[in-house]
Amino acid sequence: MSAVAAPAPARAAAGKPLPPVSYKAPIAYGAVAAVALLLFGILPASGRETAFTMFAPGENIQFSVPSKLTAIVLCLIALGLAAWSFQAARTRRKVGVWLPAVYAVVLVFALLTWAVAGKAQPLPLTSLLQGSLFLAVPLVFGALAGLVSERSGIINIAIEGQLLAGAFLAAVVATITSSAYVGLIAAPIAGALVSALLVVFAIKYVVDQIIVGVVLNVLVVGITSYLFSTVLRENSATLNAPERLPTLPIPLLSDIPVIGPVLFRQTILVYLMYVVVIVLQVLVFKSRWGLRMRAVGEHPKAADTVGIKVNRTRVWNTLLGGAIAGLGGAFFTVANGLAFGKEMTGGKGFIALAAMILGRWSPKGALAAALLFGFADNLQVVLGIIGTPIPSQIMLMTPYIVTIFAVAGLVGRVRAPAAEGVAYVK
Amino acid sequence: MSQATPAPEQPPAGSTAPARRDDGLESRAQGALREMLTSSWLVTVAALVLALVISGVLIAAADSAVQDAAGYFFARPADFFSAAWNAVWGAYVALFQGAVFDPGAATFARAIRPLTETMTWSVPLILAGLGLGIGFRAGMFNIGAQGQIILGAIFAGYIGFAWDLPPVLHLLLAVIGGVIGGGLWAGIAGYLKARTGANEVIVTIMLNNIAIYLVGYLLTTSAFKRGDSNNPVSPPVAGNALYPQLLGSQFRLHLGFVVAILAAVFVWWLMNRSTLGFAFRAVGSNPNAARTAGINVNRMYLLVMLVAGGLAGMAGTAQVLGTEKVLTAGIAASFGFDAITVALLGRSKPLGTFFAGLLFGALRAGGFAMQSRTGTPIDIVLVVQSLVVLFIAAPPLVRAVFRLPSPRGPGAQPAELAAPVVKEAAA
Repeated sequence: MSAVAAPAPARAAAGKPLPPVSYKAPIAYGAVAAVALLLFGILPASGRETAFTMFAPGENIQFSVPSKLTAIVLCLIALGLAAWSFQAARTRRKVGVWLPAVYAVVLVFALLTWAVAGKAQPLPLTSLLQGSLFLAVPLVFGALAGLVSERSGIINIAIEGQLLAGAFLAAVVATITSSAYVGLIAAPIAGALVSALLVVFAIKYVVDQIIVGVVLNVLVVGITSYLFSTVLRENSATLNAPERLPTLPIPLLSDIPVIGPVLFRQTILVYLMYVVVIVLQVLVFKSRWGLRMRAVGEHPKAADTVGIKVNRTRVWNTLLGGAIAGLGGAFFTVANGLAFGKEMTGGKGFIALAAMILGRWSPKGALAAALLFGFADNLQVVLGIIGTPIPSQIMLMTPYIVTIFAVAGLVGRVRAPAAEGVAYVK
Repeated sequence: MSQATPAPEQPPAGSTAPARRDDGLESRAQGALREMLTSSWLVTVAALVLALVISGVLIAAADSAVQDAAGYFFARPADFFSAAWNAVWGAYVALFQGAVFDPGAATFARAIRPLTETMTWSVPLILAGLGLGIGFRAGMFNIGAQGQIILGAIFAGYIGFAWDLPPVLHLLLAVIGGVIGGGLWAGIAGYLKARTGANEVIVTIMLNNIAIYLVGYLLTTSAFKRGDSNNPVSPPVAGNALYPQLLGSQFRLHLGFVVAILAAVFVWWLMNRSTLGFAFRAVGSNPNAARTAGINVNRMYLLVMLVAGGLAGMAGTAQVLGTEKVLTAGIAASFGFDAITVALLGRSKPLGTFFAGLLFGALRAGGFAMQSRTGTPIDIVLVVQSLVVLFIAAPPLVRAVFRLPSPRGPGAQPAELAAPVVKEAAA
């Protein structure tokens, strides 16, 4: 206890015993990397090559790497990162978010190298990333919606319903006005309406917030499916044929190789997503509004004591959250140019909830987690086209398994706002 | 608490239940009336009426005759109202005839066929709802009945079509397999909650999605897929492993309904008469107090989930061994999510859950008849279900709408549905 760890004795001398070191995360990193090394690197036959292709202005860059060697090298890097995190845990140093991020990217590339090994068709990296970002859009909006209301203490399980309502109204309004942009304006209103119901029942009638959320999801599915089967089906040309949002390449930026087309050749909804993430990241942690919101979510009584209107803050935050989720709902209809269909959100609201938790209730974390889910979703599509040894269902269930591990504390401790789900009655 | 109680036969102040306090100021008759008007079942009925009225507005709004009449509303408003009434009345009559009794049928057997359909639909709802109710009363919000039903169906289905056993034993083993499957799946969430404090809401939602993909994957493997079919369907369950039909082969009603009744009795015994059930309820009321009283709270979290998952798994057996007779990816339909509303409507009590399951089974059975006879889509049933639960969760709203008097004592709101509250006065 004296010579090994330098900072420890100083704090121990102050009379505060340190908590025992937790090796859960390093062991998990190491175990997964070792299994990957075995599966992707050592077991497969050698002599095969993996081809990648990237989109650059005017041409497609294609390159190949030897599969076995690349996979082994990548898995060894992952093992190295696991060792790094072990060492950091031993000396009680904090590791930044870069470690799990780099670790995940390295392992995903090892998986890709193995999965596409020996295939004639190259793996399209650019469209893989582009599609991932696109598929992550509703998840990001949904996760931010959950974040804004949960930071103020209202659990929002109704994200699914808000997305669905947004998708519905966006499609109908966009068709009636024959403008995808007007549909985009209508979508947040639908989401906010669902939030209004949540607020009425959760705050005015003090019903358990999870119950209200679950029931509201059923209600929105019922109403939209009912209207779809009656009104929309009979008049699909006049009510349910929205235009597609046009792709707006940003000049100069979209010409950057590889990331240019991925990030800056998208629709306005994706650009709005960038804005919302950045604005919220700043406002939640650096503004008066954000401070009040977090105070209400962590300790409503203290917030009330200093004159913050607890329930009013919660109402506005939940309505804002609903509007954000509704905007994300526009992804399903106008951003894709698709007609509204029954239950077309397909559980994305619940994945958004998982992304919010995985991102530890912070906008940039939610963005990263949503991108991870979007990537897994799109990877399954792309690999399905190329043809791979992994069954698509296994690919699709991976994000959920990752979330369970994350919630169970392997990726780090996840702590919800303290007053979440607890009604405040004066 | 310290004021004198007027009724002499009551025990002295301090030990009286606060809900009894208001009887003294009123006459006995008024008290009885108040008791009736403020009772929870009246709120339940009122909530159902309110939900049917609002859904009726939706039905009328989507009806083409009503829309036509609305075009000349100010010229002949009576047309509009009679068209709306016809649309709504027609839909609800079809719903009733499809769920309970069809007077237009040729034979008596045909006439009561709707009732047996209602009972068939209600079996998985009751079983899964009982499981969820146990969780709610123990303070665990288990959204995972859907996944637990699927796992129960996978286990029971596999034993049913892959093994070859004598009659009674085969059914018994398949049902036990289903219970184990559902229990294990829920047990994951219970274990993680006990060991790491992982939020069971999130874990069970994730497990639902994993279960959906898992059954999809299994039905592509040679162990589960029917050899002669390209569709993801399992071989048919062996006759020995099927629940016997209760009313002959012309009705779908099977022994699962009796199993559901027995399960409701078992849950009543478990929660109201057994030590384990007492511990469950203690943990649900106040985990800290339960811990102080020497109850191993973490162990209870695991046990609650095992029991709840076992019951949901049994719902899966009702589907695969009784109603569907094969394992498909859609074996659980949306029973797991509907069961949440069933448990909430039944206030998490066995008898309430049983009737709530019957009601929602009736809505589902009648919904199909309504859809085919009047063209009103079955989706309206979801609206009715969710509105009923919303209104029941907010008794003050229902009382305000129907101008019912509100009870003065606490307990105006069912405790299971009310949110935990921070009061300013609380320490």
